[in-house]
Amino acid sequence: MTALTNHAPVLLIAIPLLGAFAVPLIGKLGRTARNTFVGFIAAITAAFAGLLAASVFGQAGAPSLYVLGGHGFAVPLPSGMSVPIRILLEVDGMGAFMALITALITLTGAFFSFSYWKGRSGGTLFYSLLMLLTAGIFGMELTGDMFNFFVFLEVTSIAACGLIGFRVWLKTSQEAGFKVMALYTLSGLFVLLAVGLLYGQYGGLNIAYLAGALTGSTIDIVALGLLLTGLALKAGAVPLHMWAPDAYGEAPAPMSAVLVANSQASLYGLFRVLFTLFGLTISVAALGWILIVLALLTIFVGVTMALIQNDIKRLIAYGAVSQIGYMLLGVGVGLAVSVAKPDYGFVAMQGGIFHMLNDAACIGLLFFASGAIVRATGTRDLNRMGGLAHSMKWTSVLFLVGAFALAGVPPFNGFASKFLIYEASFKLSPFLAVIAILSSILLLAVFVKVFQAAFLGARQEGLGGEAPMGMMVPMVALALVVVAFGLFPGFFVDRIVTPAVNALWYGREAYIGLVLGGG
Amino acid sequence: MNGISSGFGAWNPIAWALLFLGVLAVGFAVRSLGKKNYKRGTGQTKVFLSGNEEPEDSAALHVRGRHLYWGMVEGLSGYYRRVQALHTGVLNDYAAWFVGVLAVVFVILVLAR
Repeated sequence: MTALTNHAPVLLIAIPLLGAFAVPLIGKLGRTARNTFVGFIAAITAAFAGLLAASVFGQAGAPSLYVLGGHGFAVPLPSGMSVPIRILLEVDGMGAFMALITALITLTGAFFSFSYWKGRSGGTLFYSLLMLLTAGIFGMELTGDMFNFFVFLEVTSIAACGLIGFRVWLKTSQEAGFKVMALYTLSGLFVLLAVGLLYGQYGGLNIAYLAGALTGSTIDIVALGLLLTGLALKAGAVPLHMWAPDAYGEAPAPMSAVLVANSQASLYGLFRVLFTLFGLTISVAALGWILIVLALLTIFVGVTMALIQNDIKRLIAYGAVSQIGYMLLGVGVGLAVSVAKPDYGFVAMQGGIFHMLNDAACIGLLFFASGAIVRATGTRDLNRMGGLAHSMKWTSVLFLVGAFALAGVPPFNGFASKFLIYEASFKLSPFLAVIAILSSILLLAVFVKVFQAAFLGARQEGLGGEAPMGMMVPMVALALVVVAFGLFPGFFVDRIVTPAVNALWYGREAYIGLVLGGG
Repeated sequence: MNGISSGFGAWNPIAWALLFLGVLAVGFAVRSLGKKNYKRGTGQTKVFLSGNEEPEDSAALHVRGRHLYWGMVEGLSGYYRRVQALHTGVLNDYAAWFVGVLAVVFVILVLAR
């Protein structure tokens, strides 16, 4: 078990990556063999994520290093030194926390897809892209190298574009895939340019090495601006969010949930860059306020745009955009006060990071429920739905759980993280808390609209039919996560959220020291 | 274990859930005080639609998605006209937003040095 745990970082990337290329071969044996294989890969990957998390959180989130190569592969330099050729994966509390989120969403997404995609063609390619996306997301979260981060960012972009435009027979799907491809490429190019600038300046790509070498020069500032904007685009922060409703709306429902995990991986990249790579070498207060302004725009525009949608998936997509704002708000408040490090800065960070996990669970549940609804009714148009609670009793209850959680209604998980964000942002400025709370109330109104339009009213002929067991089980699993994290937030905050926040808030020296020594 | 504290406020969901159950119990107790001698199948149990007759096709009464919050959206039409106009669907515009945000971020970071 210890050996498996030790190799978990690389296995989390390697298993789904190999799985992605093996799926077309296994697919030749038939649908059952392919689905069994995909289920096995998703389950074993989730198990490794659990092992890794248990190991990292068992050591209070302290970073650990995994080295690929380095023994016998060294490039001699004219100075007489030799540089080892190796790939470093560095996992701390934050990386392990993100791996848990990815494992939860990709596992439930894969199992939901078995029923959702039943009877449709192209399943082999679909699962292959899902595995590739999974490998890319894990890679972004576990790598300790900026260039590898860019490579994994591109892997996720390619796989995500394929999944968004997967239904090539739909014009809207093609258009969404094309838009996302163009914007993800733009984002990736700017990240690559930033990585190139840092390499040119410091001659290294390792995050720990760069973090130790950065001086806050003009080149560093330019690189930071490129990284911040590029990653904010891929995270879907307003006003760089315009691809997100198309992408989440047009992707197959279970993949919409996985795309949210993908956006969160970009957000993780942004936080890693701000806290670990740059740390206090730049004006963190200015950066914090940039994040706060982006957060307020994201929250308010996301929610108000959701209110006027009549396409159930686009509506949930705008809801998902708004939740990215809450994460940015929590971390932005933390960053803005990180020099003085008052208590409420740490609490804000706890709220923002906790909300990543809570959002993944409840937005995943909502996208799955919307998939079940679209599958049963054949439409995404709320104006053509009604009375579904008669024929989809369980789906309606599960949708309500997800909606309440996302809107921050107690005692569900969304409230627990938003509570921390409200309280901490109020300490910085009451205006921030007012916008955040009002937007949550508005989001509840948005989901009242969905529930009234889709589920309430008299039974309508030809609409509905309860979701099959294959869809129900992943939805129930996510609902249990929503309820458990809502009823016992203290347990999870103490054990997984606080170590993740510690890794960003206090862990920069330890992260650098693990690679360079002296930490 | 189950609660969280922000240092200046606290949230205990179990206590909240117990309180919620207590309020529910009070609600049921009040409900049980209601009259039980109503007559089924008479006007006493008929759906009341502001005095209008219930149409045979009850699905036609369903308030659809586009009707909900119509007044609110109309009241905010100025805001929505501007925000929707920004969502053009044109890639060039999205790229322009990206460049614009990048420029603003650069200016702020340089000024804050």
